[in-house]
Amino acid sequence: MDFSVIINNVSFLILQGFLGLGNFTGGTLRLAVPAIILGFLLGTFIGIGRLARSRWIYVPTTVYVEFFRGVPLVMVIFWFWFIIPVLVGKALPEYSVALAAFVIFEAAYFGEIVRAGIQSVPRGQAQAATATGLTQAQTMRHVILPQALRNMIPALVTQSIVLLKDTSLASIIGYVDLTKAAQIVNNREIRPFELYLFIAVIYWLCSYGMSRYAQHIERRLAINPA
Amino acid sequence: MTYNFDWSVLWRGQSALWLLQGLITTIELSAVAWVLAFILGISSGALRTVSITPLRWLASVYVEFFRNVPLLVWMFFWYFAVPPLLPQPAQDWLFDHGAEFWAGVVALGVYHGARFSEVVRSGIQSIPKTQFEAAVSTGLTMAQAYRLIIIPIALRLIIPPATNESLNLIKNSSVALTIGVAELTFQTRQIETYTAKAFEALTAGTLIYLLLCLAIATIMSQLEKRFAIPGMIVKRQTGEL
Repeated sequence: MDFSVIINNVSFLILQGFLGLGNFTGGTLRLAVPAIILGFLLGTFIGIGRLARSRWIYVPTTVYVEFFRGVPLVMVIFWFWFIIPVLVGKALPEYSVALAAFVIFEAAYFGEIVRAGIQSVPRGQAQAATATGLTQAQTMRHVILPQALRNMIPALVTQSIVLLKDTSLASIIGYVDLTKAAQIVNNREIRPFELYLFIAVIYWLCSYGMSRYAQHIERRLAINPA
Repeated sequence: MTYNFDWSVLWRGQSALWLLQGLITTIELSAVAWVLAFILGISSGALRTVSITPLRWLASVYVEFFRNVPLLVWMFFWYFAVPPLLPQPAQDWLFDHGAEFWAGVVALGVYHGARFSEVVRSGIQSIPKTQFEAAVSTGLTMAQAYRLIIIPIALRLIIPPATNESLNLIKNSSVALTIGVAELTFQTRQIETYTAKAFEALTAGTLIYLLLCLAIATIMSQLEKRFAIPGMIVKRQTGEL
């Protein structure tokens, strides 16, 4: 056991691998944060679409959700990795491919959370909003979504933790995230135990911290119900 | 977009055989890992509900530590970091008997055991407390009450979330390709490498995953109907870790 390997490479692992500040386009957070935001935005449309009355909206969004929830993420990443160059005509950087794959894949999961959130808002709210003269879109934007969002927060944080952990899979197409950074250092130093344990602890701190935060919010919402 | 489809790559040459071998490896890997996850999940899930604090604490540490770290990191950990710590004869044996497969089994089993534990715990907690009190008052010890009454009821209640979790395990078994287990995604990539037909290879692999998951979901929903306890369901949690 020789943990000096961590001390010698800590700036590469953290700055380059975790934060993405370095010579490579990389970083766990630089991938995870936009993927969470964009995945949630796309997921909101998917989730609303799943509740639409029109079959032309309801069926495609349902197929979308069921398809991506039935396929491994690794497979989806490979799809994007091999198909985007064919569609676009040129190879794109790993970052764009990984971001696209994560947003599309996670939107299916975020969509289910949004759908459950909207369904948790009592029907009377929509009826009352319509009765005051709001259009359907206004009702959704001003009445339903703000209340739904409140109910969704714990599940959203949980899904964000899942996404943060999933970004480690971007390393299989060569994106330099925390996991890839540890691999790079390990190829030179051959200290797998110390390195993989170290990144496990980093991931653990982020994801456990976030889950405690989710519990905290859940408790606060329980005390002051809407 | 210029791409010439050639679906025959899937049955010419060795592709079909590779896909079949990949599917078999995926099923083997998932099945063995599932047994490990099931054992770890039930025991740690049950321990998290008992009144003995050190045991409850131990089970919580296991669950919180393993499920909050990416599976890929666990794959690397069990494959690259743990074997060198073993005694030489054990290492020799392991590398003669498919070390990557067993590392994959342990990584998947221990990781999913922690996630499965949460399902079992919520199942046990959804059983009314009086059930346990009644069992103990008939003279059963705590261990007997869990083994004979609580866990059998909980297992019947958790079939839907446990199915979900089992399908996650199958899908996550694809991560084992990173340590060289020749499972379905690995073989899909191999076909792509040999034929340069990414679209056809990925379609085949994706369809096999979808069919496999669909088949299991169908079987499990039949089981669920058979074993359902009227009036008792476990509340479905969205966005579980």
